[in-house]
Amino acid sequence: MNELIETLIRGLGLGGLYSLIAVGFVIIFRSTGVLNFAQPVFMILGTYLSFTFVDSLGLPFWLAALSSVAAVAAIATACERIAMRPMVGRPAFSATLVTVGMFAAGLVVTTKLIDPDIITSGDPWGLRNFCLGGERGEATSGVQPCIGGITVNYTDIFKIVAAAVVVALLGLWLHRSRYGLAMRATAMDQEAAMAQGISAGRVFSLSWAIAGGLAAAGGVLLGASAGGVASSAALVALKALPAVIIGGLDSIKGAVVGSLIVGVAEALTKTYQPDVAPWLGANFDVVLPYVLMFAVLLVQPYGLYGTREVRRV
Amino acid sequence: MKADLNLSGKDPASGPADVTPSRRVNVAASVRRGRPTVYTSYARDQAIWNTPAKLWWTVGLVVLAFAAPFLIAQDLTNLLALAAVYAIGGIGLNLLTGYAGQVSLGQAFFMAAGAYTAAVFGGESTRTVIGLGWDMALWLPLAAIVPGLLGLIVAPLAARVRGLYLATLTLGLVMIGQHVLNNWDALTGGAGIGRAPAEPVLFGVDLSKPVRVAGLLVTEQRALYLVSLVLLIVLAIAARNLARGKVGRAFAAVRDRDIAAEVMGVPLQRTKTAAFVISSAYAGVSGALLSVVIGRISPDRWNLLLSIDFLAIVLIGGVATISGSIMGACFVVLLPRALEDLTHAFPALTNDSGEIVGFTLDEVKTMLFGILIAAVIIVEPRGMYGLWLRIRNYFKAWPFSY
Repeated sequence: MNELIETLIRGLGLGGLYSLIAVGFVIIFRSTGVLNFAQPVFMILGTYLSFTFVDSLGLPFWLAALSSVAAVAAIATACERIAMRPMVGRPAFSATLVTVGMFAAGLVVTTKLIDPDIITSGDPWGLRNFCLGGERGEATSGVQPCIGGITVNYTDIFKIVAAAVVVALLGLWLHRSRYGLAMRATAMDQEAAMAQGISAGRVFSLSWAIAGGLAAAGGVLLGASAGGVASSAALVALKALPAVIIGGLDSIKGAVVGSLIVGVAEALTKTYQPDVAPWLGANFDVVLPYVLMFAVLLVQPYGLYGTREVRRV
Repeated sequence: MKADLNLSGKDPASGPADVTPSRRVNVAASVRRGRPTVYTSYARDQAIWNTPAKLWWTVGLVVLAFAAPFLIAQDLTNLLALAAVYAIGGIGLNLLTGYAGQVSLGQAFFMAAGAYTAAVFGGESTRTVIGLGWDMALWLPLAAIVPGLLGLIVAPLAARVRGLYLATLTLGLVMIGQHVLNNWDALTGGAGIGRAPAEPVLFGVDLSKPVRVAGLLVTEQRALYLVSLVLLIVLAIAARNLARGKVGRAFAAVRDRDIAAEVMGVPLQRTKTAAFVISSAYAGVSGALLSVVIGRISPDRWNLLLSIDFLAIVLIGGVATISGSIMGACFVVLLPRALEDLTHAFPALTNDSGEIVGFTLDEVKTMLFGILIAAVIIVEPRGMYGLWLRIRNYFKAWPFSY
């Protein structure tokens, strides 16, 4: 029972991380119709910048996290201006392939920046945890086991809280502010929005900035893990893709729900699959999101909450 | 015949008297004199080589390609073989993504299927991996059939989803494929270890042993290159034929507006399935040959970056062109080598450990591909084929090239 609850908490933390990146995917998709494959690069850049700000500049963690989010948002906006703006009016599929190119090129740069180090995002918690309803036992190799209780990592709590706060604030902002309204209007009908005096270009920039910032925030969460992450962890962000597809490409609610499903399912698989179904092979939890995606697409071609495309001749 | 240039001004159908067969030939010949690129009938318009100029270019290039291994260094021959193999895979992806408009990141998955099918049927059995040791004449077709069947299994799901959903779905295929390969030790030899590929024994002739044919020494590299080249030519012509026939037009209709295609009577499901199966079969052949050319295969080779390489071939070469795919493959395979030669020619570019501003050649290559994919789509969506068209049209219209 305790193991199950621990797993669920870990899964929710993971789901929170995915949901930040997934919401970034959805925001860009809704405003420009493009799937931004460069999100993994933005994410790992967020981890790296946060780490650097804490490590070399000595900033406090919260300030470093915020600065890295702001910096990556600026980089994402620059990418949009340079590479995506010329693609306005061209097929979304071509524009998506541009982001694939950005992904391939950017990944080399971030790998170069990070390798061969293992970095954290400079969070103050590290391996520390608290013990719920149990007693601390003898310390073995520096770690005090939690006997008869539930071990909860501070980083998992941080992930859940941070993701919930960010997504809630963003949702509120999208629904209440003028810019949120402009973004929703552009997503609904670009030409009609422009006729109402909304600058579509500014909405594109804004959506890339938000998505980049979200990815960086996801990167900060990713780095806030016990052992730190290597440069290859950038590919974790790709797991937000099946989450988005499960939820439906154009639904923010779907992205959050899909991410939580994927996060919890992944954590459960990691805990129980080696005992229950060892024939599925080692590290099956890594591909589970994709298997889930296949299953959902078989039943619902537009995901759980995605809008069915209206097709006109 | 109705499209012969009608110089007399009469409708040829209503005035049969002066349009005898011999006369028609003469008109065509006189019109074409000194203008090798002019064509004078619908049949010619639809032909593979619709102008004599194109035919001569093709023949010349093919002859050059066959002579090449005997004229250049051995390591370059190996690279050319790789280029031919990549071209086959590139044509396959171009049929699916370029002609039929179904964005696929799953090329690496189907190539892996081809490579391991070949390895199982054509490879040697060892203590760790299975292998049947059959002839290349058997394992090569099988390396097309098995991935084709896999494509057939995936197609019903892939045909249900559209656009970017499909791109993500095929990305999932690559990820799941990697997992299966990493864990299926009897097939792949296990992660990080790998296995030997199929044996290149064609009709009982061991291609890995050098033989002398008509005074020419055919080494393993040369033999593999020649086999790949022959397959490339056959498969390229097959693809070109497919693209200009009924199937290819159905592909294009589905790509341009799938619902309009459906209204016009193009069976959507069947067309998409056909595109998937054919593309997977091409990928399988390419994967099988690739494994033989590079010599040893490990499961981590068939990853997302390989798929991106093939997208780069299609996009840099030219979407929905066969010759573009071949140009793109040559470019993608030869670029690292060209970079290397460049660093030899200009030692100032590199530091002591052979790196360009801190990046290794491999990293520079990946970065260049990424930037080039983006740049080509933004600046010249028709890719290298488009560049070639511009150059050709410049000289065609010379001296009135504006």
